[in-house]
Amino acid sequence: MSFIKPQFRHPALPKNRVGYTKADYEGAISTLCAGCGHDSITAAIVQACFEIDLEPHKLAKISGIGCSSKTPAYFLRNSHGFNSVHGRMPSVTTGAYLANRDLIYLGISGDGDTASIGMGQFVHAVRRNLNMVYIVMNNGCYGLTKGQDSATADAGSISKEGHTNQFRSIDLCSLSIELGATFVARSFSGDKHQLVPLIKAAMAHPGFAFLDVISPCVTFNNNKGSTKSYDYVRAHQEATSELDFVPEKEAIHIHYKEGKSVLAPLHDGSLLHLYKLAPGWDPTDRRSVIDMLQNAKVEGTIPTGMLYLDMNTRDLHDLIHTVPQPLNSLREEALCPGQAALEEINASYR
Amino acid sequence: MNISPLVNDFVVRFANVNGTGSASANDMFSKAIFRMGIPVSPKNIFPSNIQGLPTWFEVRINERGYLGRREGVDIMVAVNPESFKQDVASVRTGGYLIYDSTKPLHQEFRREDIHFIGIPMMQLCMEHFSEPRQQQLFKNMVYIGALVELLQIELDVVHGIIRQQFRKHEKLIEPNFQALDLGRHYVLAHYSCPLPLRVARRDKVGDSIMIDGNTACALGMLYGGATVAAWYPITPSTSVAKAFETYCKHYRIDPETGKNRFAIVQAEDELAAIGMVIGATWNGARAFTATSGPGVSLMTEFLGLAYYAEIPATIINVQRGGPSTGMPTRTQQADILSSAYASHGDTKHVLLFPSTPAECFEMSAQALDLADRLQTPIIVMTDLDLGMNFHMTAPLRWDDKRCYDRGKVLSAAELDKVQKFGRYLDVDDDGICYRTIPGTHPTKGAFTTRGTSRDEYARYTEDAATYARSVERLAKKWATAKTLVPAPELHSNGHTHTLGLIFFGTSHYAAIEALDILEKEYDLGFDALRIRAFPFQDSVADFIEAHEYVFVVEQNRDKQFRTLLINELEVHPKKLIPVLQYDGMPITADAIVKQILEKITVKQMVESTG
Repeated sequence: MSFIKPQFRHPALPKNRVGYTKADYEGAISTLCAGCGHDSITAAIVQACFEIDLEPHKLAKISGIGCSSKTPAYFLRNSHGFNSVHGRMPSVTTGAYLANRDLIYLGISGDGDTASIGMGQFVHAVRRNLNMVYIVMNNGCYGLTKGQDSATADAGSISKEGHTNQFRSIDLCSLSIELGATFVARSFSGDKHQLVPLIKAAMAHPGFAFLDVISPCVTFNNNKGSTKSYDYVRAHQEATSELDFVPEKEAIHIHYKEGKSVLAPLHDGSLLHLYKLAPGWDPTDRRSVIDMLQNAKVEGTIPTGMLYLDMNTRDLHDLIHTVPQPLNSLREEALCPGQAALEEINASYR
Repeated sequence: MNISPLVNDFVVRFANVNGTGSASANDMFSKAIFRMGIPVSPKNIFPSNIQGLPTWFEVRINERGYLGRREGVDIMVAVNPESFKQDVASVRTGGYLIYDSTKPLHQEFRREDIHFIGIPMMQLCMEHFSEPRQQQLFKNMVYIGALVELLQIELDVVHGIIRQQFRKHEKLIEPNFQALDLGRHYVLAHYSCPLPLRVARRDKVGDSIMIDGNTACALGMLYGGATVAAWYPITPSTSVAKAFETYCKHYRIDPETGKNRFAIVQAEDELAAIGMVIGATWNGARAFTATSGPGVSLMTEFLGLAYYAEIPATIINVQRGGPSTGMPTRTQQADILSSAYASHGDTKHVLLFPSTPAECFEMSAQALDLADRLQTPIIVMTDLDLGMNFHMTAPLRWDDKRCYDRGKVLSAAELDKVQKFGRYLDVDDDGICYRTIPGTHPTKGAFTTRGTSRDEYARYTEDAATYARSVERLAKKWATAKTLVPAPELHSNGHTHTLGLIFFGTSHYAAIEALDILEKEYDLGFDALRIRAFPFQDSVADFIEAHEYVFVVEQNRDKQFRTLLINELEVHPKKLIPVLQYDGMPITADAIVKQILEKITVKQMVESTG
């Protein structure tokens, strides 16, 4: 299936502060199955980027291989994209980020791409605190190869073909927190109300921002008995909080009950308001987050929303002391020491 | 059994224990010879071990400038009990064995056909130094002192090196002088100095420097403008990243902020290292990685991506003994095919073959230019011998007027003039398309880079004709690459002989010497060609065509370079006769001569009988 998406838009479409309409943040037409959760995430990304007044060319979208990794073609057509190799999105993003610290890096991956073949690179990207948004479109199966279990499929989950998965699942959120990620959230592709502010906050976060988005595979993993089906996730999802992302330019008129809300100032001056719904959990305390996730596992619920946030973060460029300007902008005069210096070097080898 | 007197033409080998501080003393020895104006070629022969196993340091001194390794040891400094028996056995008849005579030499080690020079090194050190570590370290200086008198090395030169080496630890200078004197005085008192084998000052090194290839590669990257280095530790390439960091810290600090104009990341593995390089170059920086054969094996999937998606990448492959983990601390040229055709599908990569550190420098910087120009991986094929040993080489030079060739990259202003940007449109008909860097223009030039098949506008396609067109264009780009890579170097006046010799990389030293031996001692003339890059230019095909037989010298078992020539140039295999060395030791002129003579004899026999 491949046909051209009409580019024509109504001339009166509203524009954001940088002069773009929402349509400017769209991409090619999706070739995923009708009803795929990934398309909803795509729509949330479009919405979030429009609302934060992002200039599309100031973002680079990088992915690995799989259904999820195809989606960058379906949003932000005016941003450069890189559909790289399976499981290696983190290293490509690391290199891109080293070359130019001024862009926003949006990494798109799947549960196979991250939790199996790409696990090694994933954990090291977290460890280095790359300043990037890392979205896993998590459907618990390998869609492009027709529905094999992935490493995030829950033990006991039943596949479309009827077999029961025997292996424990990898919880990418718990793992990220363990590895020192400074922004960890989980959401559901069917919950745009929650997902859009999370994406906006992740983009404003000055370090590694991890978003695990459960995104049902309508074709291979939406059956009865699957723990990643629309029905199951709707029935078991428990939002830990309600979110409100406030860009820096807007006046803040937020009403919240004392003691139930966390105000998190983000890097660019914007604010993240978090209305806590889950009791006994503090999103800034790593230990309480891990407790909450473990309890949810026992109780069989799926906590979603902002899970963990640490604002005291130093990203990779800070850690390795690179100059403030992008390395890709440096020219000969800043890079090449010249013949006179080479003569000194030669002399030291005589 | 006496060696006839020889000045500036012999091999000294030091047998040490790894981790005992012998390396700096041994370096001092070869540097002293070099500073006396005599060509010298030191080689470390070391184990894959940090402390305790035998290590050798072999120095060939040759005033005619032959810098390849030579079989046979004339003077052995044997201070490692573990390898002592083997060390005694390796001395040429009439040669010398210098040993620590603190304990008497066991009778089983005696040989009647060599000279034994016993020096009570440990005893002298125990008598004159109190700290145990000093006693061990200065033992090395004692034998250097002995060599000063035995070989007539100029004492002032050695003193100068010691002063320079310890300029930041001045209080170590005097004890080093003292240890030197212990060795000197002992041999003067007990042996007839100098030996018939000795050195004498010459003026044969000109303005050369002594540097290792890995440092030269790192300097090439510094001068060539690499800002991102991603690497994973692996012998024998580790010192490339190390040297890059050392020199960047000196020459790449922003004076205003004190911050780095470079980013070095030690990756989690070689896959990540090459992934980072590709991400960085895709995003407009110059980037490189340094690795060895096992690393290239891991990088192959990414190399295929970079080839097909057309992303620049520069890789230094410091080859070591394979296959598998192989001999990590020994040299080979055995990654030729795995580098040339790294990755699945129709994939091939540009290879550069430096022979000297000066070429390591030049080709590393050039690789960055070529990667940008050709938008493809460029692999600099050095090896352990070149990378980790000091070599006498021309001084490194940089033309201050030289600009980096960033290739076909469109600026925002240029994009404004483009009607419709197509990433894979062959606008100039040379197979090389224009690319854009993320963030350049708000509305023009964005596209999705992918390893899947795509059309000229970077849109995914499975259309047969479009796919065929794209891979044919890559073949056209490959033909363009031939015109840009370093040309081969002809070591003769045209094609005047019926026999030809082809060599590349570190076989260069031995091949040049072999050509002289064949001509002078056997009256056999050859035309010779040193190949410096892959793809092969037409002049390589012409050279083979112009000769009846061409010997191909290389350091691997499977004649990989010969295979590459046969495959790429469609040469008849019978025309190319292999000359090989693959035991992990650098190839020698004698090995080349011997194999050529054997093969010529066999060929003559076949021809005369057949």
